[in-house]
Amino acid sequence: MRVSEKIIEGLLWLAAVITILITAGIIWVLLSESISFFQVVPLVDFLTEKEWTPLFADKKFGIAPLVAGTLLTTAVAISVALPIGLTIAVYLNEYAHARLKQVVKPLLEVLATIPTVVYGFFALTVVTPFLQGFIPDLAGFNALSAGIVMGIMIIPMISSLSEDAISAVPRSLREAAYGMGSTRLQTSFGVMVPAASSGIVVSVILAISRAVGETMIVAIAAGQQPRLTLNPLVPIETITTYIVQVSLGDVPRGSLEYKTIFAAGITLFIFTFALNNLSFWIKKKYQEKYD
Amino acid sequence: MSRKHNKLEAINLDAYYGDFHALKGINIAMEEKNVTAFIGPSGCGKSTFLRTFNRMNDYIDGFRTEGDILLDGKDIYTKEVRVDELRKEVGMVFQKPNPFPKTIFENVVYGLKIQGISKKAVLEEAAEKSLKRAALWNEVKDNLNKSALALSGGQQQRLCIARALAISPSVLLMDEPASALDPLSTAKIEELIYELKNDYTIVIVTHNMQQAGRVSDNTAFFYMGELVEYSKTKTMFTSPQDTRTQNYITGRFG
Repeated sequence: MRVSEKIIEGLLWLAAVITILITAGIIWVLLSESISFFQVVPLVDFLTEKEWTPLFADKKFGIAPLVAGTLLTTAVAISVALPIGLTIAVYLNEYAHARLKQVVKPLLEVLATIPTVVYGFFALTVVTPFLQGFIPDLAGFNALSAGIVMGIMIIPMISSLSEDAISAVPRSLREAAYGMGSTRLQTSFGVMVPAASSGIVVSVILAISRAVGETMIVAIAAGQQPRLTLNPLVPIETITTYIVQVSLGDVPRGSLEYKTIFAAGITLFIFTFALNNLSFWIKKKYQEKYD
Repeated sequence: MSRKHNKLEAINLDAYYGDFHALKGINIAMEEKNVTAFIGPSGCGKSTFLRTFNRMNDYIDGFRTEGDILLDGKDIYTKEVRVDELRKEVGMVFQKPNPFPKTIFENVVYGLKIQGISKKAVLEEAAEKSLKRAALWNEVKDNLNKSALALSGGQQQRLCIARALAISPSVLLMDEPASALDPLSTAKIEELIYELKNDYTIVIVTHNMQQAGRVSDNTAFFYMGELVEYSKTKTMFTSPQDTRTQNYITGRFG
């Protein structure tokens, strides 16, 4: 009995340790490969150069265009997902009947289960041609459609987490607002949403983190042209797309070109790591307010 | 001097939560600028009844009423009545202090702001007046931009009263306003109620018999959804007519 307990405990411990080891391993590979990259390319050039052309004869290693592409698609995605997601959250919380809410919430989460490659060709073959009807200058590959579709993908993330945050606001605050003669709209946007703001901010940060790391949609629909621009109508390239491009291409293993993906990868990692920690910190700092 | 008119009335009022018959044939009339206390054991319907006067029960699934509730002689349960307008006339203070997570100033002027009043001078004047009225001004006048959540429980409750007064209601409903407070804060709230009855019609639900005795002009005793007895507070506490009332106020149950 005691021995079997010990074995089971050991197995559970191993399971926990393996995930930590794998994470550590990934970080180690990222770090060691990027260090050998930065021994050739100075960090200053990496951060200040305005062009990213490691695969061309005239090599330039400025990460800025890839970061700009990533931020651009992310910004478009959030400006689609935040208003829609928040509206859905308020509707579900304040207006929808309990039964409707039980049906709609899981349905929304189906949006999050669609494979991203499907979203990618939806952006390329449906959204882009549709938008070209209004914006003739829109290129076949562009940040706008990719960003919009990415926004649709992260709507459930924002609506679901925000709805949880709004539900967690004590009923007494809602009653206070109603008792003062607030309408439902004034109650939700004037009292409930501000009171739930820390949870809503967390949902948005997690959504940003998801959008920054999103790969398939931008790889398919946004193009592969690193370009330092904030114009959403032209082809761009994100960090993730670049990594895909090199991984699939015929870049010799161990070459400097090959090592660029680790430099790009660690940049991406720093972004998502910082965002996730920020959301964790906000959650911890502000959540206990009503307990 | 003209006779006081009936501010609030209930006529043959029945209320249900689904199948549960929460209020049974209530008839009562409350004069203006009086304090009426609702007493009775937990679950007797006194809070439910209080909340029919500003239709706070509307949001509860399955809640419905039969009979009439009149404010200044007009039925408030007709289709033409807008609840948000009704609640500007009938303010409410809740059991637990529930200030908004905003500044003290923002809390007091909330009701005015949602009515579209945005002139700073108007809001500042109203805030000062309401806070003075709620006997909180001297304690907070230098900290109006501090978070309301930083105040003590008793201060928060007076802030909630100030917030309710700011929209100049004529009726103030109080649902056990001092039950979550310490004795000193309770005394302040009671003093305040005594002050406010010069201008407002006040209905207070309380578990505390002494409190009912101290602050109210009339007392209504509820038991199992029925209004058992309603009379002058003094009369009720010295010579209750019904044995159930007598048992309750002498502490035999509840």
